[in-house]
Amino acid sequence: MAACIALTLGGCEREKRDFTGPQPPGGPAPPLVGLQPGTPSPVPPDPRGARYENNAYHIGQGQNLFRWMNCNGCHANGGGDAGPALMDGEWRYGGDIDHIYASIDQGRPNGMPSFRGKIPPEQIWQLAAYVRSLSGNIRKDAVPSRSEGMSATPPLTRRESEPPKGGDPAPNQEPQR
Amino acid sequence: MRPAIFSAILLLAGCRGRQNALDFASDQSSAIGDVWHLMLVVCGVMYLLMMLLLGWAIWRALKARAASHDARTAAPGVDRKWRAALAAWSALIVLGLFVLAGGSFLVDRRLARGEDPNALQVRITASEWWWQVEYLDPAPSHTIVTANELHLPVDRPTHVELRSNDVIHSFWVPNLNGKTDLIPGRSNFQTLTPRRTGRWRGQCAEFCGLEHARMAMDVTVHDAAGFAEWQAAQRALAKAPDTPRRTEGQHVFMTSTCASCHTIAGTDASGKVGPDLTHLASRHSLAAGALPLDAKTLAAWISQPHAEKPGTNMPATDLPPDRLGALVDYLMSLR
Repeated sequence: MAACIALTLGGCEREKRDFTGPQPPGGPAPPLVGLQPGTPSPVPPDPRGARYENNAYHIGQGQNLFRWMNCNGCHANGGGDAGPALMDGEWRYGGDIDHIYASIDQGRPNGMPSFRGKIPPEQIWQLAAYVRSLSGNIRKDAVPSRSEGMSATPPLTRRESEPPKGGDPAPNQEPQR
Repeated sequence: MRPAIFSAILLLAGCRGRQNALDFASDQSSAIGDVWHLMLVVCGVMYLLMMLLLGWAIWRALKARAASHDARTAAPGVDRKWRAALAAWSALIVLGLFVLAGGSFLVDRRLARGEDPNALQVRITASEWWWQVEYLDPAPSHTIVTANELHLPVDRPTHVELRSNDVIHSFWVPNLNGKTDLIPGRSNFQTLTPRRTGRWRGQCAEFCGLEHARMAMDVTVHDAAGFAEWQAAQRALAKAPDTPRRTEGQHVFMTSTCASCHTIAGTDASGKVGPDLTHLASRHSLAAGALPLDAKTLAAWISQPHAEKPGTNMPATDLPPDRLGALVDYLMSLR
């Protein structure tokens, strides 16, 4: 009985959010991987990432923003179209939430626009968390079990995990490591 | 006693005001009102009869006990009389149910009457937690997009198409018609033929999430001239800023996060995620009826929307006071 109550209460954390608190500052975005001279120095992960990555509400909002901000215009529903696929393990600019944040925030060559100043940092974090869930790299209890719109892919809770494999083997983007 | 008085006052308060299903202001609500009155009369008469018969039975039992006379040993022939009375009572119940079913059927037919070719065409799309209202017209320059307010001409039917962007909502303006659900992926329809001018309040009537209670709609019924005037004003592009401060406000709007989600017709802002702000200052309220519309609440809403309406999809925008002031000044000039 006590275990049941403890488990149920533990579920309250799943969608925890802050209604009135200050906005998380945009802050210095994490440096790019593979695009800087020399060997990239190891960077400690941004502590804000975990807050968004493990929260069902933020991932759900990221799912809405993915459609509202027309991410699906180029990336389709994660399968890729004019833009690269987001549901596999190939990450040209890094597959951690910090790196995805940086890619959305700064934009990337050959078509990815910068969203800095277009949407608040919090929404970029939410988008990054959702994008990470597309390749199954988010805890299954935090990802949305259904999408708000029509979708041809199985729900994210049934997505198999594809861990980031690092740089893309494209010849013009040879990772320097 | 005190709770009884309190609930009576609360219940009676529901009989007046801008959101009242018993204040019939359109053909449709009058038709629903007819069923309501029919039900009141049929059920009221049956209830009164029941109470009279119950009172009579108690009175008879008390009298019989006083006379220590057992009713079961009544004279033969009484049994037949009771059987006839029971049959008559059953017939009365069946008749009452037939009257109710017939009345309900006829009113249902009246409400489902075919579309009037002269009807005004309006599309309402519900989102969490606001309403988008589009006045459709074959000429694209005559379409109007607004939010959280519905303006209708009196004595002319309006054909409303109801859609949803996310979850199931329900469109309900009690003074004008019953409820109709807005369901993602399909269109529902409702016709409104107001017969009186005035202002009413609509409300989402299907639980749709955190801010379901603060998802209201302002409904104004104009006379023909007033409606034409409103239409002409809404068809115009947004007013260009006429002071340096408002020009700065417009610049803030275009270069900050606002323009990603909101449209102001006649400018570069053409986001489709949030409400259209082309004629924001002409509206009566902010955030789907949650707040009164003035410069102070607008500034509070932009900087801390979650303090006013927790859970809203509008993100907080952190602007220095002078830029925020200019932005609010510009937005409040969009009449």
